[in-house]
Amino acid sequence: MSDRVRSRQYAGLLIHLTPLFAVLLAFFVGALMLVGLGVNPGTAFKSLLQGAFGNLNAIADTIVKMTPLLFVGLGICISFRGGVLNIGGEGQLVVGALAATAIALAGKGFPGWLLATVALVTGALAGAVWGGIAGFLKAYLNVNEILSTIMLNYIAVYGMNYLLRGPMMDPLQVKLGFFIPQTARLPRAVDLPRLVPTRLHLGALIAILVAIFVYVFLWRTTIGFRIRTVGMSRRAALASGINVRRYTVLGLLLAGLFAGLGGAVEVLGVHHRMFTDGTAFGFTGGAGFNGIVAALFGRLHPLGTIPSSFLFGALLTGANKMQRVVQVPSALIVALNGLIVLFVVGSEVIRRRRLRRLEKLTIVEEEI
Amino acid sequence: MVGIATSAIRLATPYLYAAIGEAIGQLSGVLNLGVDGIMLMGAFTGFYVTLLTGHPALGLLAAMATGASMGLLMAFISVTLQAEQGISGIGLYLFGLGLSTLLFGMTVGTVKTVSGFPQAPIPGLSRIPILGEILFSHNPLVYGAFALVPLAWFVLNKTPLGLKLRAAGQNPLAADSLGVDVIRVRYVAVVLGGVLSGIAGASLSIALLNVFQQNMTNGMGFIAVALVYFGGWRPLGVLAGAMLFSTVNAIQVWLQVQGVKIPSDFALMMPYVITILVLASMAKRRIHAPAALNKPFERGGE
Repeated sequence: MSDRVRSRQYAGLLIHLTPLFAVLLAFFVGALMLVGLGVNPGTAFKSLLQGAFGNLNAIADTIVKMTPLLFVGLGICISFRGGVLNIGGEGQLVVGALAATAIALAGKGFPGWLLATVALVTGALAGAVWGGIAGFLKAYLNVNEILSTIMLNYIAVYGMNYLLRGPMMDPLQVKLGFFIPQTARLPRAVDLPRLVPTRLHLGALIAILVAIFVYVFLWRTTIGFRIRTVGMSRRAALASGINVRRYTVLGLLLAGLFAGLGGAVEVLGVHHRMFTDGTAFGFTGGAGFNGIVAALFGRLHPLGTIPSSFLFGALLTGANKMQRVVQVPSALIVALNGLIVLFVVGSEVIRRRRLRRLEKLTIVEEEI
Repeated sequence: MVGIATSAIRLATPYLYAAIGEAIGQLSGVLNLGVDGIMLMGAFTGFYVTLLTGHPALGLLAAMATGASMGLLMAFISVTLQAEQGISGIGLYLFGLGLSTLLFGMTVGTVKTVSGFPQAPIPGLSRIPILGEILFSHNPLVYGAFALVPLAWFVLNKTPLGLKLRAAGQNPLAADSLGVDVIRVRYVAVVLGGVLSGIAGASLSIALLNVFQQNMTNGMGFIAVALVYFGGWRPLGVLAGAMLFSTVNAIQVWLQVQGVKIPSDFALMMPYVITILVLASMAKRRIHAPAALNKPFERGGE
């Protein structure tokens, strides 16, 4: 009897640790890859850890990298829980950042706090429109949202390239004849305040507040309940009179809203201007994809996504250091993130089976 | 005009391999969104082996082997472990994107060209005026892509394997009760799709462009997935979609060469816009996806 209880406790613990095993497994494979490439994985991972947590600046950088992941991840929590897969984080970050940049540049001379607020809101709205397009296409024209959001990523990138090489290019660049595709620096008045004397800025705090808000929204409001109901069963949602189409649009729209806000925060808090290297990656650093990884790892729970974004922020920050110290391209982390996604979703079924067995065990025990 | 038609045929090649491979997987009930990642890995291994050995044929074999193993990984995750296919595909994409960039950075590092498959005009036929140039003066991998269309049609519609495959995608329970090993059929389909995606990548790096760059597919794999929807899960439909795409691309390149003043970014944006429009226009058409697409199969499950 006591044995059985103990085994149940262990099983219960194991169930919650499954994603952690997925990460460890991914790192094990990563270590094998490094060995194959003739790099000592110990040295590589040590420099990764140092880069992420080595000193106050490193930790601040980790939190700065965490911020866009958290914004994107929160949107992912809403949309995935609503049964729609938003892969459009990259594009939504980009349009959000572009809109915020345009507002901040146009509003020179207005009080900083007002201009910054308007810029952030505009960025969020632009992201919402970008996500909403995919939502509309899904709800009313049955367009697969995975494909449409990916296509919208590319459209956003080429739109950005056009704007930054043309109408929005820094007039100084034009005058000097360098033609670097970037905008002018935003007025200093809109810079998000620094929290401690590092690169850490107010955006991180906003992201955490938004996470709490999303948690309350999903679990304590009617709209949140309906979004989750649609995600669990479209048929049940239809039967109970929920306007499934509307909540499909809303799921993607909100995902875009938070990603767009994330893009705006990146511009106002980190870069203070918009720039492009021709791809989305140059500006976003892949946050649109990594945010998905963070949200999945956080079990699609807004509060769980906070520590998990921190973890992936640390990986990204550390990867830069690793690239400098042991010359391992930071693309290693992209590959590892891919493996983590595969292992996390792959281990879901094992987790579900264990849960089922656990339930049976409990029922049997109660009968005894 | 001849130039546009010739390059449209060339440019359709990677789309055809990838989209037909994806169609095979989807017909068996597995949505593999990792095509772009497999293409990138295929492009890299094909390029690297060709660079080392000087034999593009060996490069092609390497790309096929890479595609097969990535297909196997995808099949294991989504068929055996029954993972949510949309998400696991994105994981596979990130894995392929990251790994191909990593390997390229650690082994080759700089832009290099290889001598890939040479042009192979078909004797006699290539002498036909105009048509000979458009159709019969290409690379072997280009012919292969077009030969794949009738071959895939035949296998899918006229052989027992094709029947089993479509049964697994339409009604796995019924297929199972008739003695079809649904799991095995899906493995075969996804691995085959992986091989074709690997060839699609290699067709870029050792036949059409003869270079490798990080993320060189730029989303082609995702467009290939869209082409499967567009083509209504039929090889001929996929061919029509691939040709539409490559023709638009060829015209865009031609216009730029002619110096027509469209901002190049808008021209580059076109394939993605068209993909969305095409998918949206599908709403009116009465063609349905395989009924069990994206649904894991478990014997004795609900």
